[in-house]
Amino acid sequence: MKRWNKIMSSMLAASVAAMALAGCGSSSGSSTADTSSAAAAATEAAAGTTEAASSDAAASGETFKIGVIGPLTGSAAQYGTGVANAAQIAVDEVNANGGINGYQVELQAEDDALDNQQSVNCYNTLKDWGMQFLLGSVTSACSIAVSEETHNDNMFQLTPSGSAVDCVKYDNAFRVCFSDPNQGTKSAQYIGEHKLATNVAIIYDSSDVYSSGITNTFVTEAANQGLNIVSQTAFTADSKTDFSSQVQQAKDAGADLVFLPIYYTEAALILQQANAIDYHPTFFGCDGLDGILGVENFDTSLAEGVMLLTPFAADATDELTQNFVKAYKAAYNDTPNQFAADAYDGIYAIKAAAEKANLTPDMSVSDICDAMETAMTEISISGLTGDPITWTADGEPEKEPKAVIIKDGAYVSAD
Amino acid sequence: MKKKTLSKSTWTYIVVILVWAVVMILQQAGALSSHLQGLLVPATYYAIVAVGLNICVGILGELSLGHAGFMCVGAFSSSLFSIAMQNTLPVGIRFPLAMLIGIAVAALFGFLIGIPVLRLNGDYLAIVTLAFGEIIKNILNALYLGVDSKGLHASFTSQMDLGLEADGTMLINGPMGISGTPRDANFTIAIVILLIALFVAQNLVNSRDGRAIMSIRDNRIAAESVGINITHYKMLGFVVSAAIAGAAGVLFSHSISTLQAGSQYFGYNVSILILVYVVLGGIGNISGSVLAAAVLYLLPELLRALSSYRMLIYSIVLIAVMLFNWAPAARNWRTKVAARLTKTFGRKERA
Repeated sequence: MKRWNKIMSSMLAASVAAMALAGCGSSSGSSTADTSSAAAAATEAAAGTTEAASSDAAASGETFKIGVIGPLTGSAAQYGTGVANAAQIAVDEVNANGGINGYQVELQAEDDALDNQQSVNCYNTLKDWGMQFLLGSVTSACSIAVSEETHNDNMFQLTPSGSAVDCVKYDNAFRVCFSDPNQGTKSAQYIGEHKLATNVAIIYDSSDVYSSGITNTFVTEAANQGLNIVSQTAFTADSKTDFSSQVQQAKDAGADLVFLPIYYTEAALILQQANAIDYHPTFFGCDGLDGILGVENFDTSLAEGVMLLTPFAADATDELTQNFVKAYKAAYNDTPNQFAADAYDGIYAIKAAAEKANLTPDMSVSDICDAMETAMTEISISGLTGDPITWTADGEPEKEPKAVIIKDGAYVSAD
Repeated sequence: MKKKTLSKSTWTYIVVILVWAVVMILQQAGALSSHLQGLLVPATYYAIVAVGLNICVGILGELSLGHAGFMCVGAFSSSLFSIAMQNTLPVGIRFPLAMLIGIAVAALFGFLIGIPVLRLNGDYLAIVTLAFGEIIKNILNALYLGVDSKGLHASFTSQMDLGLEADGTMLINGPMGISGTPRDANFTIAIVILLIALFVAQNLVNSRDGRAIMSIRDNRIAAESVGINITHYKMLGFVVSAAIAGAAGVLFSHSISTLQAGSQYFGYNVSILILVYVVLGGIGNISGSVLAAAVLYLLPELLRALSSYRMLIYSIVLIAVMLFNWAPAARNWRTKVAARLTKTFGRKERA
């Protein structure tokens, strides 16, 4: 009897599992990003033509489908949601203005929770949905993992913020942001050319691809610029609350500039701890420092004089940035960061290239990718993170870095 | 005529093969979404590592919180081998060799850890394996390994300190890990490995060695008094368990091209996740581990349609399964329902 029980239960369990497998085989993910309605409402206010345009698309039934992959939950959720939100704003604008080549654009965002395997799962989900262009993944490691898949499928991939070198090693992959080596080199050049310091200390996160990537090239270029690196100290993701020993080392070594190729959460702590031991060098960072003024319970007067090399500052006065920040604030009640700006430019880059190549939604993914590969190198867009931005065939963007200095609690252009 | 009833372990193989056949048919028919196809290999390697951990927790009765660490060493060692041999050996030879290397390295680490710890009595294995997993992860995160015409270079500080020639290639790039592992694993291979793991585990349970191991779990003093070598049998169980985890690691690294020793892949949270599979599948119940791992791995992915709510629902399901398995009221209800079912079906069977 007992054995019969067990057999029955294992058979039942197996059939349930099989049903679950079969059931999801036929149904493809039909969820849309939960943020879309808010954004749609916002743009409708901005442009009254939305309704007319979208009903056209419904009639023709053909749309371009763009997928977004990024960490929408977890420790890096800010980056992923920034990208998903900004991409939605850009897509709504594009749709309101007649879409790409007259076709409306659909967007779907998937959450990879900063995990390579999940990122690939997201990619497969989006492929089932019928994605033709991929805007993602947001983070470097995930982007590299996904690029193996897009390379196999010959799917066009544009990562907004995957900065590691390997993100664009395939012909079908492009990026919007600067690569890590690029940022390190440009930072060293900027410091050298503007004679900001001679003795430099570096505090970086050795467990982070972004941070160690920048550090490596900064060190190489610093030698050419005549900079003297007096202290190079690391921390890891598991020990990023107490920086007193790193700061003390920089102080003892007599550094007059501390280079921080890290994210703003840790940088805020470093600034506080440097202040506590009465150490006031120039702090210089990369785009990861963007957002330091928004850290909760952080005395922003400590960030006074901090310089950062970033392609985007939300307080910039040009019309494009101001409109974008206004739309973003209206839709999500938040200030967009650099990731959001990269995603916004990414959507417009896809639009420009798709128009250049005269794409239509009925083309195969592979044909679209081939056409996009050529078209990307021929376009030039004026975006939030650079004006103009052009792309080289190896997937790298060409744009001028902007240095920003924090003055009176706001980002001001340093030039 | 009385039919000979098949044993439970035979049923496990049959069910696994059936699931494989169904999946293969669906795949051929094009009814399987690419999302689901991507989930098949991960679900299988988590099932394998759950089988491995069940040997340690269920049969040996020792708690291990570092099975992700064994996966990690298996994954890194086999990946290094595959990259080195990528252009010299064909897949048919390379992958089985990589598999053997991954298993051997994981077993070696299991053995080294076992030497001091398995002599002790109590929860020390949990403490040491927890530390082992974290140490392995941190070492691999700090390790830079490159190769050029002059040979192998290693450094624990930075890529710059390697002093690599211009033509050199990075093998392990610190926190960026290994990239470019050939993707040799597929669902069929994963299922074969799962069947082998099940075969090893279930035969171990029914063997002389297995009975010795279980006697240690049930009563150490009694086992010692009948002349069973405690350390030897504990070591046997633990090394087999670690080796199976290593096999899962090999599948892990050969199913995705980038491999990093991050907390989200090999941290203690993952070890505990595997333990959750084992506990919910039933401690000591090998086939239960496979089912629990497969279902619990697929669940959060299949709940993607619920977007932000999926992790909330996932945790509620975990609690529900826990209650269903272990709460006294639920167990009583289950026995009642089972009894009623046997009554109806059992009578028909006899007729």
